[in-house]
Amino acid sequence: MIQVLFKEILDNFRDRRVVISTLIISPLLGPLLFGGMMTFMSKQVTERMESVLELPVVGRENAPNLVGWLERQGVVIKAPPADPEQAIRDETEEVVLRIPADFGEHWTTGRPAPVEIIADRSLRYTGTTISRVQRYLTGYSQTIGQIRLMMRGVDPQLMRPIDTQVVDLSTPTSRGGEILAFLPYFILLTLFAASMHMAIDTTAGERERKSLEPLLINPVPRWQIMTGKLLATSFFALASLALSLVAFVYAMKMLPTAMMDVKLNLDFAVAARAFIIVAPAALLAAAMLIILASFAKSFREAQSYVGMIILVPMIPSLWLMVDPTKAEYWMTWVPLLNQNIMITELVRGNAPDLLWYITSIGATLVVSLLLGLVAAGLYNRPKLIFTGG
Amino acid sequence: MIAVEHLRKTFDKGRVVAVDDVTFEARDGEITGLLGPNGAGKTTTLRMLYTLLRPDAGSIRIDNVDPTDQPLAIKRRIGVVPDSRGLYDRLTARENIAYYGRLHGLARADIRARIDELAGVLDMGEFIERKTDGFSQGQRVKVAIARALIHRPRTVLLDEPTNGLDVMTTRALREFLRGLKAAGHCVVLSTHIMQEVAALCDRIVIIAAGRIAADGTADQLRARSGCDELEDAFVKLIGSDEGLLA
Repeated sequence: MIQVLFKEILDNFRDRRVVISTLIISPLLGPLLFGGMMTFMSKQVTERMESVLELPVVGRENAPNLVGWLERQGVVIKAPPADPEQAIRDETEEVVLRIPADFGEHWTTGRPAPVEIIADRSLRYTGTTISRVQRYLTGYSQTIGQIRLMMRGVDPQLMRPIDTQVVDLSTPTSRGGEILAFLPYFILLTLFAASMHMAIDTTAGERERKSLEPLLINPVPRWQIMTGKLLATSFFALASLALSLVAFVYAMKMLPTAMMDVKLNLDFAVAARAFIIVAPAALLAAAMLIILASFAKSFREAQSYVGMIILVPMIPSLWLMVDPTKAEYWMTWVPLLNQNIMITELVRGNAPDLLWYITSIGATLVVSLLLGLVAAGLYNRPKLIFTGG
Repeated sequence: MIAVEHLRKTFDKGRVVAVDDVTFEARDGEITGLLGPNGAGKTTTLRMLYTLLRPDAGSIRIDNVDPTDQPLAIKRRIGVVPDSRGLYDRLTARENIAYYGRLHGLARADIRARIDELAGVLDMGEFIERKTDGFSQGQRVKVAIARALIHRPRTVLLDEPTNGLDVMTTRALREFLRGLKAAGHCVVLSTHIMQEVAALCDRIVIIAAGRIAADGTADQLRARSGCDELEDAFVKLIGSDEGLLA
């Protein structure tokens, strides 16, 4: 068993493709992707919030006071396009403000004066601009409304029967946890991606290069040979996991967290705990992939089966993304889901208690061992040994 | 010493009979050849001998041990060069052989000494430290033989050992097998090439369509068929010349 383990590790370390894909690309992919995405997004949002708002206005002559007020707020009023609707559809303008000719008439008679914000809400990038324009208009509307009430001797406070205040108990750390919610997904994905090549090489690859039959003639029980392969695969997965977590710690440090008013609770102590939580899933991934790859006759065939399995770690993550529920104890019994909630709790700064650790690790190990048993039994089937025989 | 009696193996839930009522004996200090056309059941018979297939009926004894009862004990006693001779391309020839040595539980120093010895006998010195990627057929067969013999097995089984080898390598291989015979090993090889058994084997077991067609020394076979040429005897004994020269 140990001999098989050592040989597979040596054999695969000699394969530059394996080393690059499991020890460099897959651990770095998550942190780079996420770090890059976050930096870009926060930059975009701030840029849109802080940049000068250029607003094309149709019929500015209908409401010179409003336009003047907007200009004093720093909005640059632009000449409108000839056909505002078309300009929005062509995406040459994000937002166009139209002040109809009857604005003044409504205004002077004290009825709500109409203005139109022309935009396409389905274009996501326009969202910030639309809400900025809306905020300016609401601000103007409220100011004028208050002045009108005061001129009639009414206290404008009467228009605000309720004063709602949100007492936000979130901490920078817990808000950071919100951002780090993606983390379990990336970690589990790394685990599966790293096991993939090794699982295929040690099973379908062995059949393809016709070395399985001679291997099984050696006086070693078949389950031990399979276990050696399983452990070698898990070893690569764990190495990849450790590197990935280290890369995440560094990547998160580089994010502009102060600007986003969050604190990312991902230092080496947290990463170490995350490693302990996820480690049993390495065996789970290895066993699942090996079982599948064992049925394939060639590397290529195995790759097509295994591609599906990559979706498995996505299921709990997606579920939690679509339906964010509170972490409950029963969830620690479900492998892959438990890693998700444990890591989420961890990065939110709520240390899960020992019982959660025990059931999470225990449940994953039990399922992994069951799958391992299935894998170990596979080589007792003659069909899986002989190639084309 | 191998004793096989009434061996039977079917596939596909009994629909395909691969081996039927095969009985033969292979003695120590002799080379026994399983001769037969392609698909005659040679490989299936060998796979039952080296425990990867279970017979449906019949018995096998290798040095009085039953492979179906004690597969691990048998695997320690025999050295096998099967039909599939896959090597690990990223490992050197020495590492390939040493891996099998470790799986046999041999000590490190023992493995090293034995590989040096085999490399000498099989003339592998030139490529023993090279990665096996890009090896010629002949080099691959030599590595496959060396790793099969790493644990000094008394019984050696070879499935079509000269397949794909050039004349020089084939000659060297025959010489090597004669050496094993002289050292008292029990050697069994399967082949579909008649010249091979004629040149090498003490006893010939002719298998056709899963059954034993004839069994004996070359002289006995010639006498039984009434032919002077072994090739004619062979054709007569199996009843057709289909596939023989393939």
